[in-house]
Amino acid sequence: MTKTSVLKSLILKEIDDLIIGSMGIVSFLSFFIGAVVALQTALNLNNPLIPKSLVAYAARQSIVLEFAPTFISIIMAGKVGSYITSSIGSMNVTEQIDALEVMGINSLNYLIFPKIIAMLFYPFVIAISMFLGILGAYTAAVMGGFVPPDIFVQGLQEDFIPFHLVYAFIKTFLFAFILATVPAYHGYYMKGGALEVGEASTTSFVWTSVVIIITNYAVTQLLLS
Amino acid sequence: MIEVEDLHKAFDGEEVLKGIDFTFEKSKTNIIIGQSGSGKSVLLKCMLGLFTPEKGIIKYDGKPYSNFTEDERKDLSKQIGMVFQGGALFDSMTVEENVMFPLKMFTKKQNKENEERVKEVLKRVNLGGNEKKMPSEISGGMQKRVSIARAIVNRPKYLFCDEPNSGLDPKTATVIDNLIQEITHEYDITTIIITHDMNSVLEIGENIAFLKNGVLAWKGDKSQIFKTDDETVTDFVYSSDLFQKVREAQQQGL
Repeated sequence: MTKTSVLKSLILKEIDDLIIGSMGIVSFLSFFIGAVVALQTALNLNNPLIPKSLVAYAARQSIVLEFAPTFISIIMAGKVGSYITSSIGSMNVTEQIDALEVMGINSLNYLIFPKIIAMLFYPFVIAISMFLGILGAYTAAVMGGFVPPDIFVQGLQEDFIPFHLVYAFIKTFLFAFILATVPAYHGYYMKGGALEVGEASTTSFVWTSVVIIITNYAVTQLLLS
Repeated sequence: MIEVEDLHKAFDGEEVLKGIDFTFEKSKTNIIIGQSGSGKSVLLKCMLGLFTPEKGIIKYDGKPYSNFTEDERKDLSKQIGMVFQGGALFDSMTVEENVMFPLKMFTKKQNKENEERVKEVLKRVNLGGNEKKMPSEISGGMQKRVSIARAIVNRPKYLFCDEPNSGLDPKTATVIDNLIQEITHEYDITTIIITHDMNSVLEIGENIAFLKNGVLAWKGDKSQIFKTDDETVTDFVYSSDLFQKVREAQQQGL
């Protein structure tokens, strides 16, 4: 058993490391991905019969359905996943996990449970990513002179299906669980020294990405088709 | 006191411990020596409950470990302090947090009481004033002393040390050895040390078990080990040039 007060401080620390610590890179990527999606769409719409509001519509759909939840999760597999694998792997190599076990502490509970709880806040990261992605699209499309502001806002609201948000957040929760557990597994059960910690981080990134992509396919098939 | 009776442990059909019988005495520095692969670490892990032996009994103060209930095992783990080979300090925590960790996990004391106990223990291992440093900011010898402080902070009944002075210079190694011996006597605990280092044996070996190929090949104390004619032991003890020369000098009456 891990004492409640210790567990609480561990969870807060993990929220800081895994969630707050990822906000910078997620914000930066989301804004510019949104901007590029809008630019690409605007630059490829040469037919005058296609309404300009399609730029905002396409940006919204691609950001909400895929770029924010899936693309950002792949990035997080690199950032958060590698961090989890290498931190647990280093503890493994330097006998810190053995030290916990000898003290009678359930090391799996102590090391992995707080990470899973912290990752429950991951949907907030994705919500911010969606917002910033759309803001980036607005900035590129409107400031670039491709779409007037009112048309862009109209495009954002066109054919909006609220279930798409539900779908996006359901898969975000699943990705959060994958992001916490797959890298933790690779760190906890690795064997060897410092070199193997690096190898475990790489393997963990590959497997986390693969599991995310497959889960994404399965959830999309189940919920949208 | 920890008694080990007819202890057997095998991995993939290969027997690593072949019937060890030994008593680790209270208030003494009990040392397990032997070559790599002789079964020292396996014996230690069996005593710590990390490995389950195939056969044999491990008794803590007369009670067989296999008869312990789940709660009794948890209580026992609180009475055990362990000094790992590399220190095994939690590198995300300061020196103070590392030493306070067992107190936070296992006691209901107020933070202030814990802080006072940590200060007292750090002072005991001559590390007063280093509370706020991170493990990466202190030397290997200091890390070992922090590890000892963490192991004794909860006033354990049993202290296990896995090569506590490996990787240290001879002077620091002696400091660590003496510190472990002083603490053993001061806190009246059963200390078990695994080592390859004959200097440690010479310094603090009050009760020595020599393992060879999973068998207890010899037992005695530091005064006896350098006098024995048992070839198995002398091969190991005098394997270093220094001890060989000391032996030759002794034989020549120098």
